[in-house]
Amino acid sequence: MKIVFASALVAVSFATQAQTLRVGLAEDPDVLDPSMARTFVGRIVFAGLCDKLFDLDEKLNVVPQLATSYEWSKDNKSLIVKLRNGVTFHDGEKFDAQAVKYNLERHKDMKGSNRRGELAVVSSVDAVDASTVRINLAAPFAPLLAVLTDRAGMMVSPKAAEAAGDKFGARPVCSGPFKFVERVAQDRIVLERFPNYWNKGQIHFDRIVYQPIVDATVRLANLRSGQLDFIERMAPSDVPQLRNDSRFKIAKIVEIGYQGITINVGKSDIAQKNPLGKDARVREAFELSLDRDAIVKVAMEGEAQPGNQWVAPSNQYYGKSAPIPKRNVQRARQLLKEAGVPNPSFTLMTPTTSDAQRIAQIVQAMAKDAGFDIKIQSTEFATSLNLADKGQFEAYVLAWSGRADPDGNLHTMLACKGPTNYAGYCKDDVEALINESRTSLDPARRAAAYDKIAQAVAKDRPIVYLYHRNWLWAHNAKLSGLRTVPDGMVRVQGLKMN
Amino acid sequence: MLKFLLRRLATILPTLFFVSILIFGLQQLLPGDPAIALAGEERDPETIRYLREKFHLDEPLPMRYWYWASGVLRGDLGDSVRIQKPVTELILEKLPVTIQLATMAMLIALIIGITAGVVSAVKKGTWWDYGANVFALWGLSTPNFWLGILLILLFAVQLGWLPASGYVSPFEDLKANLSAMIMPAFVLGNAIAAVLMRHTRSAMLQVLSSDYVRTARAKGLDERVVVLKHALRNALIPIITLGALEFGTLLSGAVLTEQVFSIPGFGKLIVDAVFNRDYSVVQGVVLFTATVYIVLNLLADLAYFLVNPRMRVQ
Repeated sequence: MKIVFASALVAVSFATQAQTLRVGLAEDPDVLDPSMARTFVGRIVFAGLCDKLFDLDEKLNVVPQLATSYEWSKDNKSLIVKLRNGVTFHDGEKFDAQAVKYNLERHKDMKGSNRRGELAVVSSVDAVDASTVRINLAAPFAPLLAVLTDRAGMMVSPKAAEAAGDKFGARPVCSGPFKFVERVAQDRIVLERFPNYWNKGQIHFDRIVYQPIVDATVRLANLRSGQLDFIERMAPSDVPQLRNDSRFKIAKIVEIGYQGITINVGKSDIAQKNPLGKDARVREAFELSLDRDAIVKVAMEGEAQPGNQWVAPSNQYYGKSAPIPKRNVQRARQLLKEAGVPNPSFTLMTPTTSDAQRIAQIVQAMAKDAGFDIKIQSTEFATSLNLADKGQFEAYVLAWSGRADPDGNLHTMLACKGPTNYAGYCKDDVEALINESRTSLDPARRAAAYDKIAQAVAKDRPIVYLYHRNWLWAHNAKLSGLRTVPDGMVRVQGLKMN
Repeated sequence: MLKFLLRRLATILPTLFFVSILIFGLQQLLPGDPAIALAGEERDPETIRYLREKFHLDEPLPMRYWYWASGVLRGDLGDSVRIQKPVTELILEKLPVTIQLATMAMLIALIIGITAGVVSAVKKGTWWDYGANVFALWGLSTPNFWLGILLILLFAVQLGWLPASGYVSPFEDLKANLSAMIMPAFVLGNAIAAVLMRHTRSAMLQVLSSDYVRTARAKGLDERVVVLKHALRNALIPIITLGALEFGTLLSGAVLTEQVFSIPGFGKLIVDAVFNRDYSVVQGVVLFTATVYIVLNLLADLAYFLVNPRMRVQ
């Protein structure tokens, strides 16, 4: 009898434990307010906490989440969105058109909001009826739907947001599958199942605990010792070791972001003072000296896809007229000779992360074969951003986490007034094409515009794109229902421990 | 003793004032615009403008110091911009964690360091002595993060005896708390044990060769009493000073250990704050640590009175 009772106890306690999903994050998220948030890792937590108007599927198609359908007005300057009925926020408040209006206006107007730029084109929001909202735009804006699949599309409880003011992020109230329980900074964020979730049939855990563990080796050790069920961003060097362990599985997806080298071609006077910034032939020689396959193999242990544009070659908007150039040292030398600088020298600013350091060293060695003399300047990330912003650099190893719509990877870096246009690139014809690509809703027209931009950028090289990383996830083999969406978010709907 | 105490207390206030200026000044020397660091990947110019205004970044340095110092005097260390929590709350949340880690580490360091130091001095020139010296050398030359990862791989991944990282409050589950803290405490205490061992050894050797110890032995006292009661007590004075100084080092030295073992203490708090240019957190935590350090030194001075009767006479 005792044995039966003990076994039952063990079974019960196991079942209780099994209902908690423990996720290891690579960093500690910042503030949990969708308007203010700015980190990639924060978006992973939001995936469990806050539903959005739209979501992405594995092929990057926009699919409804809190919306049920949408329609563009004839002039393409309004988006009419039908909303899901019967949705409530975690505090019991009703989700309706007024709530959407409140949220979009909050994203746009709140002081310190990081969503302002993404929604700059939104001029007003009308609640047509309880379940219909009309988003009016100053001009047609194709990336809007994709923008609404991220934080700008996340809906928080208006009542809770009003009450908490700028402290909302300390106790967020949304309408996602899990509600906020507690946060111990740098230790854990605990969420528990929201019983009134509109899609509760898809939720199979009672709690999720997100734990930031910065060191990839320690994160993996926690998975292997059974303290975590899932870890994001495992180190590529750990893949072979874990692949032989049947207790775990590895999932990988090519990211929507990129890794590249930004070249100062017009950000400051420095651009005209060094041959790399001044002469497009020198930049062409620099690119021809690089072997992207080898960079991927050495810097990323093969866990990335070589690329030469702001989107990966597998993306529907990749400009096929500008394919990845092959390494050609001889041609590079010839170009340098034509430019009158057979041995150009420049400084490559590099953040102190191990990826960036490895890239810089490999690039330095490869470019040397063509005659380049590259000095590596390792700089702490925040400092490097500041130097880039002031144009105090010649070339800069910089990654971008990526946005679902190609415009999010292009406009901010290469449009004349893009806030992160560190290259200082500004060409009238490219500017016109970028504007066309964002205002046209026709995918074929957009693709044609991107193809032309790709050709121009491949010639001017304000950014030498190198590769697109694989998001590497490792998890308990018993975990099923994992969806590998290229934005790198861990969607909890459908996740189950067998 | 009261006079001594008052004199020491009087020196604390100007010290703290200079420390606050130093903390504030050094922080301003950090390269990188905090508004840009905090504005996220998008770096919307409007947001950057707002952050500059919010943190008075466009105002002259003395004004900014005044905003901060007057807040500190009112007991308000400001808010963390990154996670929207008051710095005081963060300190109170993290402090017990780091104090527990530092206390456990110090305990381990004292037990190992003093025992090894005494044994090595008493058994000078024997294998015991050589063994203790090898241990000290090992402790001093082993990097924290390396030893930490090695212990995690052995005790958590291979043997499964201890959790790999993380923290559980002792009020929630004492056993889980101790099993989570023992590895980081050992890693942190290890290097200090080595330092303490070296100092205990040399202090003991000096004391053991002094006249009063010879007299004690000549009186026919048991060797154990001579060593532990007569010699060790006097030899402890420099060890107490060192212990107090090392305790301060422990608080800041916990940075790497907390990072490796993902312990949400002071070390992790300050590292993240520095990299994210979360000025209020950096200033608050450093000021707090400096104050603790100063107070600990005062306590060490007071401890001399307790162990050394001659100072009480003076």
